Amino acid sequence: MSFAWAKPYEPQTGFTKWIDEKLPLPRLVYNAVGAGYPVPRNLNYMWNFGVLAGFCLMIQIVTGVILAMHYAANTEVAFATTEHIMRNVNSGWLMRYAHANGASFFFIVIYLHIFRGLFYSSYKAPREMIWLLGVVIFLLMMATAFMGYVLPWGQMSFWGAKVITGLFGAIPLVGESLQVWLVGGFAPDNAALNRFFSLHFLLPFVIAGVVILHIWALHIPGSSNPTGIEVKQESDTVPFHPYYTAKDGFGLGIFLLAFTFMVFFLPNMLGHPDNYIEANPLSTPALIVPEWYFLPFYAILRAFTDDLTIPFTGIVLIQAKLLGVIAMFGSILLWFFLPWLDKSPVRSGHYRPMFKKFFWFGFIPCMIALFIAGGAPAEQPYVLLSQIATAYYFLHFLVILPIVSQIEVPKPLPYSITESVLGSDDAAPGKTASSGAKGADDIGSLQPAE
Amino acid sequence: MADANEANEGVRRRDFIHVAALSTAGVGAAASALPLVSQMAPSADVLAESTTDVDVSAIEAGQSIKTVFRKQPLFVKRLTPEEIAEANEVDVADLRDQESLTDRLGEGNEDILVTMGVCTHLGCVPLGAAEGENKGEYGGYFCPCHGSHYDTAGRIRKGPAPTNLVVPDFAFTSESVIRVG
Ligand code: HEM
Ligand code: FES
Repeated sequence: MSFAWAKPYEPQTGFTKWIDEKLPLPRLVYNAVGAGYPVPRNLNYMWNFGVLAGFCLMIQIVTGVILAMHYAANTEVAFATTEHIMRNVNSGWLMRYAHANGASFFFIVIYLHIFRGLFYSSYKAPREMIWLLGVVIFLLMMATAFMGYVLPWGQMSFWGAKVITGLFGAIPLVGESLQVWLVGGFAPDNAALNRFFSLHFLLPFVIAGVVILHIWALHIPGSSNPTGIEVKQESDTVPFHPYYTAKDGFGLGIFLLAFTFMVFFLPNMLGHPDNYIEANPLSTPALIVPEWYFLPFYAILRAFTDDLTIPFTGIVLIQAKLLGVIAMFGSILLWFFLPWLDKSPVRSGHYRPMFKKFFWFGFIPCMIALFIAGGAPAEQPYVLLSQIATAYYFLHFLVILPIVSQIEVPKPLPYSITESVLGSDDAAPGKTASSGAKGADDIGSLQPAE
Repeated sequence: MADANEANEGVRRRDFIHVAALSTAGVGAAASALPLVSQMAPSADVLAESTTDVDVSAIEAGQSIKTVFRKQPLFVKRLTPEEIAEANEVDVADLRDQESLTDRLGEGNEDILVTMGVCTHLGCVPLGAAEGENKGEYGGYFCPCHGSHYDTAGRIRKGPAPTNLVVPDFAFTSESVIRVG
């Protein structure tokens, strides 16, 4: 599973030996995130976000379980119990602000994690399964966050729920019955709130399960790295502990500074003031916007304003509403096909001159445009902006990426990770395969593998 | 020959038990999934038939009221002669959802337009029922969520909504009262 030079776990005391025979959990940890897991030596800070995402999931679970002790999922009292958490429960305000901002930070981290994957083509063989499981996690996260946002039963909660469950009504024939079945009524009400709470509680644990599969799949080929070339030899790697536990720890510190700053000083900045008004099914807020992390997909949904018709006949093939729904879900489901759409044998964007230009000057501006358009009212010029950006989004993945990956001439790759870091493949101290010399100074316990 | 037949028969009897056992388990699993799925559908209290009576006598021409029908907003509007004329001017064949004003008002009703206040796009409450609200480019209702414009007959004219505002079943129970539902 790991590289031949991975340091094997050797229990030192009688107790750890006894544990190792009965339940080799310490061995698993040692080989997964300890000194027994060799990792490319050249990972940059973009490789911090996986660990940070795991940390975010833990924040959400801990604060969420606590919120659930004080919250009641009933339309009569949901809004009041949320305010009760804010005003009466000891440290309740902290738990709620940490949970709400935790969701935002979770998405910031996951977006950076995904962008890392897109730029360095981490989705390519042999890491397709890691990527596919990642897309599953992202979909589950979106469902979880959507249902969580409904729970406080404010205006945005209610109308967000109404609009998003309304999407299912667009499906031909079964749509309306499906929608009624999903919310358990003709509009979101107590039945919907209750089931959303139940699922919002459950899904994070499902996510945790898929995360375990994601990491399991990762540990088969090991991490990719900024050069995108595979590990060839021991000098290309360093043990996860202490090198990356330290680097991840430093990243975590920076993350916590930003996170606590938001929780303590700007707790409502990323939220919407209308959600402090109790849900009113008879009055729609002037502008319904989802949480910021859904804006690009919301922009794609709204970009379709006209039906798809057979020209000059007026026969409607697909209604605008359904088109928007298909495009919105399609924009993410597309990611499942990415490992096969991008045909370039080279992974890292650094060695792909043409891809790199399209990435920074096409794809990134397109995402920014979608963010802006998604948060703006459905008026010009924003409608046009969302249409252009939506068109580019699909063009990028379905046309540009496959073509560029076949016609571009990649830059020459370094021979090895060692060469790219140290200038020469022979420069590593103790380069011969069986040596473990580089660990010998400060981490005395590091032994050669054999 | 006889031997081979016996062997075959033995295999068949074993096969039969496998198939029977698996089918029974399969039917059982499917049957137990049924309540797991159907519990999500609207419960009896939600489904319980409800009707709403609306007194329309106090509604002046050009005015609308917003009330509730099955927990969803309902618009009841008395159309002005201009609004009626505007709605009748349009060629029905040009519409996305082809209905004439009379189709929507029903027999013997000249000016009371009863529609759900639920945008047929994704379910927002359109504006235009209350004084001073944006009535959209066609002078009826305007849904601010994604910009659907409805005309004076509540028909979709522009924007993403696929169909006209829904006209629920209703009837006049007297000169001045309608019963919806
Ligand atoms: C994947 C992880 C999670 C995400 C992305 C997430 C997201 C959210 C969001 C966006 C809200 C609305 C916050 C607000 O507007 O105040 C929320 C509320 C809530 N969540 Fe979570 N959540 C997660 C995990 C959990 C877990 C594990 C639980 C409990 C077991 C939980 C329980 C609650 C409760 C009770 C509320 C309502 C109280 C409130 O609105 O502040 N959440 N969640
Ligand atoms: S819900 Fe009315 S336009 Fe989308």
